[in-house]
Amino acid sequence: MTAHPILDVRGLHKRFGDHHVLKGIDFTVEPGERVAIIGGSGSGKSTFLRCLNFMEVLSEGEIRLDGTRIGLERKGTVTYPEKQLCQVRERLGMVFQQFNLFPHMSVLDNVMEGLVTVKGLPKPEARRIAEAELAKVGLTDKHSAWPGRLSGGQQQRVAIARALSMQPEILLFDEPTSSLDPELVGEVLRVIKQLAEEKRTMLLVTHELGFAYHFATKVIFLADGVFHEVGTPDEVLKTPSKPRTQDFLRRFGEFAF
Amino acid sequence: MEYSWDFGPVLERFDMLALGLLNTVKIAAVSIVLGVLVGLVLAMMRLSPRRWLSVPALVFIEFYRNTPPIVHFFWFFYALPVMLAVSLDPYAAAVLALSTQSGAFYAEVFRGGIVSIERGQWEGGRALGMTHAALMRRVIVPQAISRMVPPFIERSFELLKTTALASTLAYADLLYQAMMVNAETFRPLEVYTTIALMYLVLLVTASQLARLAEARLTAYQ
Amino acid sequence: MNYVPDFSIVTDNWIVLLRGLLVTIEIWIPSILIGLAGGFLLAQARLARSGWLRGVSLVYVELFRDTPVLIQLIWFFYAFPILVGLQLSPYAAALLALVLNTSAYASEIFRGGIRSIHRGQMEGALAIGMSRAQAMRRVILPQVVKRMLPAFTNRTIEVAKMSSLASVISVHELMYQGRLLSSTYYRPFEILTAVAFIYFVLIYPGTFLAGRLEKHLARSN
Repeated sequence: MTAHPILDVRGLHKRFGDHHVLKGIDFTVEPGERVAIIGGSGSGKSTFLRCLNFMEVLSEGEIRLDGTRIGLERKGTVTYPEKQLCQVRERLGMVFQQFNLFPHMSVLDNVMEGLVTVKGLPKPEARRIAEAELAKVGLTDKHSAWPGRLSGGQQQRVAIARALSMQPEILLFDEPTSSLDPELVGEVLRVIKQLAEEKRTMLLVTHELGFAYHFATKVIFLADGVFHEVGTPDEVLKTPSKPRTQDFLRRFGEFAF
Repeated sequence: MEYSWDFGPVLERFDMLALGLLNTVKIAAVSIVLGVLVGLVLAMMRLSPRRWLSVPALVFIEFYRNTPPIVHFFWFFYALPVMLAVSLDPYAAAVLALSTQSGAFYAEVFRGGIVSIERGQWEGGRALGMTHAALMRRVIVPQAISRMVPPFIERSFELLKTTALASTLAYADLLYQAMMVNAETFRPLEVYTTIALMYLVLLVTASQLARLAEARLTAYQ
Repeated sequence: MNYVPDFSIVTDNWIVLLRGLLVTIEIWIPSILIGLAGGFLLAQARLARSGWLRGVSLVYVELFRDTPVLIQLIWFFYAFPILVGLQLSPYAAALLALVLNTSAYASEIFRGGIRSIHRGQMEGALAIGMSRAQAMRRVILPQVVKRMLPAFTNRTIEVAKMSSLASVISVHELMYQGRLLSSTYYRPFEILTAVAFIYFVLIYPGTFLAGRLEKHLARSN
């Protein structure tokens, strides 16, 4: 195990114009940790996750991956060279709410795409890896299907396979079940649970509090752009200490643990 | 090589250019009005179930849409008078060319607006017992009009630009007047830059006005 | 009205018209090809993060879309050489004007197409570590090219029509030869009708193709 955290975020701020979404966040992830981030809509939890792989550019603060500072600082201004961002994103896999599969490529090609164009693997090898990842998410029979022909749950599993194929060190899930019909949520959560059992390092933004309880080693309640309460699933979800957290959990009603 | 600009001689003759601008606006306005009439007739013919009406309209429209405007100008000015043994002045020939070609495009705009209305609207009206005419007037056309407005404006904008071709028939539009000024001053850079800017102002103004009109006409969508 | 057309004047001079047609094609094809490439670059500038790049490309596009193309041709033939101190042949001036004009229109097609692709596609590609250029080439463009095909085909048709304006600055293309023949033999009806027909044959396949593509796309969505 490394001496330093795999991901280290310091003083992260994000503004959209006048709108101050994230107001100074410090955050570390140790290898093998599984972090669930919860919070009301508009609390900035998705924005926070998207800052980690630079889908959004930070307004302030710094991010270290494996001890290495991302971005170049020169005379007080920080620039993010594209080449470095590509390398960062290669190491952090992301699964989106809207899947973001490429509709003009078959399922297999979607999963092979990063292996071929980013990692530069020869096609047969990429194909072997892609097939293995698709098998893992239970979609062996859908290799040649078009993403548009699949159910939402199947599409999201392809998206997970696509992220896994890159062998990322950390997986980021941005509300992976929020745009799914209720009956399709289960199949996606099962895949995520299976990944948790493999002790992968994962960050999950979610509304599924029951799942978060079983999935996470650490739960973060984000409100008003800051980490309002952080702790183990029991601490945050069962015996929250802050009134704001209690209020949030009450409004979400009963959930089965 | 350093060229010394001198707009003086051009600006001294600005009244000639102003007259040209006026004529450009005039021929555009007349052609839009006539073009709409031609377009309405053609669109009704195209929508008719009678083939002897719809086929000639189709041929007319396709011919105009697939030949360059300058050919129409020359055809009306030089060819038609020979055939009919009449003579047309440049203004008449240019108006004929502009209004027939824009009529062909307008016809497609009108027809497209009508056929874009969903079948459910027709069925809804029929289910209420409306006659074809009432259905058209009360349900279809009001909805179609707001869809026709953007392409109609676009076509009219194109027509306004095409009026510059009238100069090739020696109609005294802005471009033709510029050629006259150029012949007197030998300052092509200043003359043509000036009228390019005048066209720019005219067209930008027209498109801003059109945008205002569009916002009002399509407000309910 | 007893004019008797005699089309032998056209068949006797077919070689002249053919020569004109070849020059038309020599203007048309390079204009559209270079113009498309230029339009792609301009669209990148229009979508750039730098406000400076966006501003310059916006002004460029509006200048070319809000002035008549005939003015652009005349300006590049008569005015531009004075500005740069370099004489341009009619062909070079026509090509330059049409390439720049086509770039402006094509950039709007590219921009609209690229913007029509959901933001998630770019993010999906970036998230697996692709560079912006890779994402554009592998993910965005393959999806937009299909959507943009009808618009590009229409632009190709428009450029074919515009090429006829080069006759005004004495490029010896089809329209120029037609005008020359009709004034030499004083048979404008036959010759101009034939010229219109040749243009129709040249342009109609494009219109037909664009219509089919649009229908095909509408069905596949």
